[in-house]
Amino acid sequence: MNLTLKVWRQKNDKASGKFEEYQVEATEHMSFLEMLDVLNEDILENKGEPVAFDHDCREGICGTCSLTINGRPHGPNRGTTTCQLHMRHFNDGDTITIEPWRAEAFPVVKDLVVDRSSFDRIIQAGGFISVNTGQAVDGNSIPIEKEIAAESFDAATCIGCGACVAACPNGAAMLFTSAKVSHLGLLPQGKVEQDKRVVKMVETMDDEGFGNCTNIGACHVECPKEIKLENIARMNRQYFAAKIKA
Amino acid sequence: MKLESNVPEGELATKWTEYKSKMNLVAPNNKRRISVIVVGTGLAGASAAATLAELGYTVKNFTFHDSPRRAHSIAAQGGINAAKNYQNDGDSVYRLFYDTIKGGDYRSREANVHRLAEVSTDIIDQCVAQGVPFAREYGGLLENRSFGGVQVSRTFYARGQTGQQLLIGAYQSLERQISIGQVHMYNRHEMLDLVTVDGKARGIITRNLINGEIERHSAHCVVLATGGYGNVFYLSTNAMGCNVTAAWKSVKRGALMANPCFTQIHPTCIPVSGTYQSKLTLMSESLRNDGRVWVPKKLEDVKAIREGNKTGNDIPESDRDYYLERRYPAFGNLVPRDVASRAAKTACDEGFGVNKSGLAVYLDFSDAIMRYGRIEANSQGDHNPSDAKVKELGTKVIENKYGNLFEMYEKITGENPYKLPMKIYPAVHYTMGGVWVDYNLETNVPGLFALGESNFSDHGANRLGASALMQGLADGYFVIPYTIGQFLSGEIQNPVPSTDLPEFEAAEKEVRARIDKFLSMKGNQTVESFHRRLGLIMWDNCGMSRNAVDLKKARQQVRDLRDEFYKDVFIPGTNEEFNPELEKAGRVADFLELGETMILDALNREESCGGHFREEYQTEEGEALRRDDEFTYVAAWEWDDKEPKLHKEELKFDNVELKTRSYK
Repeated sequence: MNLTLKVWRQKNDKASGKFEEYQVEATEHMSFLEMLDVLNEDILENKGEPVAFDHDCREGICGTCSLTINGRPHGPNRGTTTCQLHMRHFNDGDTITIEPWRAEAFPVVKDLVVDRSSFDRIIQAGGFISVNTGQAVDGNSIPIEKEIAAESFDAATCIGCGACVAACPNGAAMLFTSAKVSHLGLLPQGKVEQDKRVVKMVETMDDEGFGNCTNIGACHVECPKEIKLENIARMNRQYFAAKIKA
Repeated sequence: MKLESNVPEGELATKWTEYKSKMNLVAPNNKRRISVIVVGTGLAGASAAATLAELGYTVKNFTFHDSPRRAHSIAAQGGINAAKNYQNDGDSVYRLFYDTIKGGDYRSREANVHRLAEVSTDIIDQCVAQGVPFAREYGGLLENRSFGGVQVSRTFYARGQTGQQLLIGAYQSLERQISIGQVHMYNRHEMLDLVTVDGKARGIITRNLINGEIERHSAHCVVLATGGYGNVFYLSTNAMGCNVTAAWKSVKRGALMANPCFTQIHPTCIPVSGTYQSKLTLMSESLRNDGRVWVPKKLEDVKAIREGNKTGNDIPESDRDYYLERRYPAFGNLVPRDVASRAAKTACDEGFGVNKSGLAVYLDFSDAIMRYGRIEANSQGDHNPSDAKVKELGTKVIENKYGNLFEMYEKITGENPYKLPMKIYPAVHYTMGGVWVDYNLETNVPGLFALGESNFSDHGANRLGASALMQGLADGYFVIPYTIGQFLSGEIQNPVPSTDLPEFEAAEKEVRARIDKFLSMKGNQTVESFHRRLGLIMWDNCGMSRNAVDLKKARQQVRDLRDEFYKDVFIPGTNEEFNPELEKAGRVADFLELGETMILDALNREESCGGHFREEYQTEEGEALRRDDEFTYVAAWEWDDKEPKLHKEELKFDNVELKTRSYK
């Protein structure tokens, strides 16, 4: 299939960027990133500068790949990261627009690569259980209801890619933050620090320049792990409760 | 050079406990003044950095990723072993030890493996306490499943994302230490050299991948936790960024590379689909609990399948060869990885491969779907269900167990594995070889340690499933925090070395010179094209089966390729910017040298064991033929541009009898 790509090119965080157009020949079995590999090999053959994009595991779990494809974070398919998106979902002759995540809290590093270290700082604010190595009791001494473990797990599957932020018109990180708050707070081990955790994480999220939630729900729709909106509601409840208690 | 394993005296079962209670300690007030560099943030690196920081050491932690949470441990699917014996099925520390020694084909160090089995139980407790959401039974207790090469259920898991959940646990502990300033985190920094001062590892040179700044970092010691080198084959299940550079730079500063030819080829991966392919995707070994591996018995059926006139479903039961069940009745589809991979290769070499390229076998869940469906129908009180109903219920059970894996398979191949049998083929997955370490996980360079997949220590010639996560976390949480004290207790008088020392200056100069050389070549071929060519040479000659003639030829080919690389590679841009091509060039340059060492090691090891199969050494039935009298040693290689030198560490087995591994 022959494709026209409109790719965002930006030298670094200080430079201004613009779209450039490329032609590329792909096959339907390729992944989207393999199609970009082909483009980059073409560019290099002509001694040009390849398009920079973040990627690593290419199996949908590390959360490194990003890309807003035709206006949608991770492209058109539900529950799919860019690296797991295959070209069979596109047609010969298509024009595809490729941009970086657009959010104030994710400055562009180069081309399609952004800086997501703000996410790490949200975790640093309280996204952990304070237990040192060696302090643990026997694993089976903390029985956890299967359903509760599953619900916690669903939240814990977040890969920290940032698609929720890129999808949100407000650039909010509510889905990401609430997924961690739910993952830990649903478990008995994590309940002890929950009040402190939720307050500190929400405050850090605000300090990092993420926007507010206005119940649009695009974050959930674009989330490659389909993290549920309930997590946001749960976090809001717990945040207010913790604030009142304090 | 004599390689001292430094295994403490005493009974195998009590050695570690006794050693721990007598080893040198560093007092809390001194720990504060001692700094440790940890390179890598996977299971081994993150757990080590967090735990060392908890103990009070000042830690500098480095990763080339944009966040420590991205390390490739995250992609591990199936599970983590531990000798908890929660299932009351006869498991014990000794049995886990024995299975690992046997699974590794008697090419690992007894004392290290026993320690691994001992601390395995603590890992599970630690991870539960951190909030890792392991699978649970209805009673709320932890659930287990079986993995290849063993006859007990000792694998703990979190759906098909165990690595992700364990890594996030370790990452969270690490972030906690970062938040209190005990760990200084360097994201997007790549280690490009090791600095030794008076023979001891005292620092590293890094490149800031965003702006190209070359930095010097010093500490009292350096811990490598930089993963494996499977990407030397270009196509592997490793992430694109996985590389050998940090380990290899250490080898070039005097560390030894042990058993580099011991590579694990994983039997169940999605087959290659085209020449543009950038990586391969694993389908967890846990699938072999329920999936049956087969190829057609008749070549005419194979032909019809390849031409698209038949699917696996059209082949009647009597015309299917469930070759693992046939050849290895005792373990069936759950034979270890090396055995399963070779059997798949044999089936395909004989012409029975079931895709266009002839390089695929079936992994079929239809029996499991019906079996689970019947159980489920019974439990719902329906004792006479229709086949369609059984299928529907069974599909749901399989979906609950392996849903994310089936989804991933469908995304990549476009085929529905609930309806058609999966097609799978072996692919490079893990490297048992790695930097040589002693019992303390210290390399032959004092003050340089290696953990997790980056060392060679625990898996011998073949790793059992669900043991990589166990080893990474054992090393990081429960081994290095103790053994590092043996070295650091002798360092309390010494300040953190100055980065102005001539050794740092010289190392930085060399790093800069290498980068300048890459950028000034301005050749005509891309880094990627060299990497692909190297991968093909390695896969064809140093892959699932090897022989002396091809290995010798391959060594020359790799040397020629290296010469060509340094003449004709093209790298655009400058050092002072985000430049992925420049990063890749450095990594491929190191793979070219490592590849040659792997080939040499494979040539030297004139026996077949574990993942290393030399065609010259096999039984009449085509099984691996080990030669214990001559090769019961660790082959540790000292790099030399002309002729790498071999050093041997004899392996002594005082507690297990060396037997021919049989899974029949």
